[in-house]
Amino acid sequence: MTATAQTAITTTISGWGGYPTQKAQVITPLSLSAYKASLQHYPSVIARGMGRSYGDSANAATVIQTTYCDHFIAFDTATGLLTVEAGVTLRDILKVTVKHGWFLPVTPGTSFVTIGGAIASDVHGKNHHVAGTFGQHFVSMTVLLGTGEVATTSPTELPDLFHATCGGIGLTGVILTATIQLIPIKSAYITQKTIKAGSIEEACEAFEANSAATYSVAWIDCLTTGKHLGRSILMVGEHADSGGLNLKIKNPITVPIHMPAALLNSMTTRAFNGAYWAKASNNKTQTVPLLPYFYPLDAVGGWNKLYGKVGFMQYQFVLPKADGVGNMRKILTRIAQSGAGSFLAVLKQFGPANQNLLSFPIEGYTLALDFKMSPSVIDLLHRLDDLVADMGGRVYLTKDAVMREASFKTTYPKWQEFEAVRQKYGAIGRFSSAQSKRLGLA
Amino acid sequence: MKKVLVIGATSAIAEHCARIWAARGDALYLVARNEERLKTIAADLKVRGAKETHSHCMDLNDIDSHAAVLVAAETVMGGVDTVLIAHGTLSNQEACERSVEETLAEINTNALSSISLLTHIANRFEAKQAGTIAVISSVAGDRGRASNYVYGSAKAMLTAFTSGLRQRLHKSNVAVVTIKPGFVDTPMTASFKKCLLWAKPTAVAAKIVRAIDKRKDEVYVPAFWWAVMAVIKAIPSFAFKKFFL
Repeated sequence: MTATAQTAITTTISGWGGYPTQKAQVITPLSLSAYKASLQHYPSVIARGMGRSYGDSANAATVIQTTYCDHFIAFDTATGLLTVEAGVTLRDILKVTVKHGWFLPVTPGTSFVTIGGAIASDVHGKNHHVAGTFGQHFVSMTVLLGTGEVATTSPTELPDLFHATCGGIGLTGVILTATIQLIPIKSAYITQKTIKAGSIEEACEAFEANSAATYSVAWIDCLTTGKHLGRSILMVGEHADSGGLNLKIKNPITVPIHMPAALLNSMTTRAFNGAYWAKASNNKTQTVPLLPYFYPLDAVGGWNKLYGKVGFMQYQFVLPKADGVGNMRKILTRIAQSGAGSFLAVLKQFGPANQNLLSFPIEGYTLALDFKMSPSVIDLLHRLDDLVADMGGRVYLTKDAVMREASFKTTYPKWQEFEAVRQKYGAIGRFSSAQSKRLGLA
Repeated sequence: MKKVLVIGATSAIAEHCARIWAARGDALYLVARNEERLKTIAADLKVRGAKETHSHCMDLNDIDSHAAVLVAAETVMGGVDTVLIAHGTLSNQEACERSVEETLAEINTNALSSISLLTHIANRFEAKQAGTIAVISSVAGDRGRASNYVYGSAKAMLTAFTSGLRQRLHKSNVAVVTIKPGFVDTPMTASFKKCLLWAKPTAVAAKIVRAIDKRKDEVYVPAFWWAVMAVIKAIPSFAFKKFFL
């Protein structure tokens, strides 16, 4: 074991989408105190957790891997206040807290993300319209700055650093620990209602009609055109009152190797979409366990390998509520014409934006879908970026791998403020990723 | 509820075993050298559900204090029923070849310190006619190879020692579990290039805890290493010496 209590290896890394890849030196500190030494040894780094951001947010020539700093620090079962090291995953948290009747205030669509990643992406969940993002629910965090100091920040303590770090894709420093306020639950089950919507217009109306529901999300068919364009299955959910607090956690079935890329094509996708639509029944209420409700894809470990070695792009954008439905139809038409649309696409209504400088959500509608990687897809995404920007929307940085600097700077107008905060706290030049360089951040 | 003494508690394999015991609500007494990491792990295991966690910071090469550690663990937990010995270092083979001192130091850490602990524990468990002792040996102990025979021979000593101890303690109702991990992706092996043969510490820990529950004798983790090592052991020496493994 080295004196600095860390290990360094050189390997090829990529985000969850498998594109782009990068040769990187991976530093894995064994304890929080070892992070500082890592910073001293390497000029510029980016923190990396589970590698679940899709594109190149956590790609860099030197990355600090948080794997071994995955410890719980304190948990008050009476108040639901939880303090953890940033490398702890949401799945680990649920294993510990659900049995005591506490759940995450906001959770993204996978439990295989670290707390550090959830903060850096300012993740949102199916309750965004009522609860906002992850960053709006935690009490404080500690961040290792470029100066080597460790700062404690919260909405009231160094608020500028706080609002830059939540959603700041790791560019303000290395998040070391976080204290979160969990929400009380009475059951490890969700009461789910399914609503079928025959078109994008019907889907948006259904979101509107169900805006009081705690959780809502829709599966959307991105291949069907014409009258049924954007047909969706809306799933609204509430925490159940009974059923017990047993999480029933299962290990995922793993996709062992990369599948032949040709397996997922427009024909198989169309067949899947058709079957999924036909199988769903309207206005059906059922009780489902927490894990499959929030994390359906977590049941298949390594599902990204279904796209083959070429990898895939996940694309998520949001459009403002005004003209949102009409604009969504325009973009869906464009995607359906391309025929490249994905296996699983998700539509969701967002509530108001927050104060975090690079946080993604704005009030309106968001669509997430994946595309199998190909040169023509990059071109398609650039054209979609332009359409989205013209409509006053933006693309989620956590899923981005190809956005151009101009698109970023137009659609994230607070980027200069963000750079000023980074300057103030010594982050410029110390923390950078392949993505930050592409987007023109210093 | 188990009362587990974990020696080398900051090792990745030991830590993941301890997480399983913590989730079951067992009591844990943790011994390791690095105080910061030991304290962090003790707090973590408490949140994960351990009934109680105690940490004891020491250098395990300090053989004279081994007896005292066992007494301390028994005193604070009101007894010990399971022991996991997991400390060790991955020797730098080339450095060992150049230095007798280095070689003996590695043998001391990886074999003799464990043997000292085992002697104390065996006598205490034998006297109360109960208990399970698990020791992390290694597949490297099955046959000495040029690339790491210093580490391998220390582990071979552990394997042979625990085999004899198992026979001796069988009639006293004490189980001795010899665990032989293959390649495990931990901080100790960070500099190795990983391939399909490598296992994650979480998976290895689950298998170790199961072997301890079932009071198995000798286990390869993952199990396929039994076959790999059977082949390696079967190669005649005149041919083996010409390979480089």
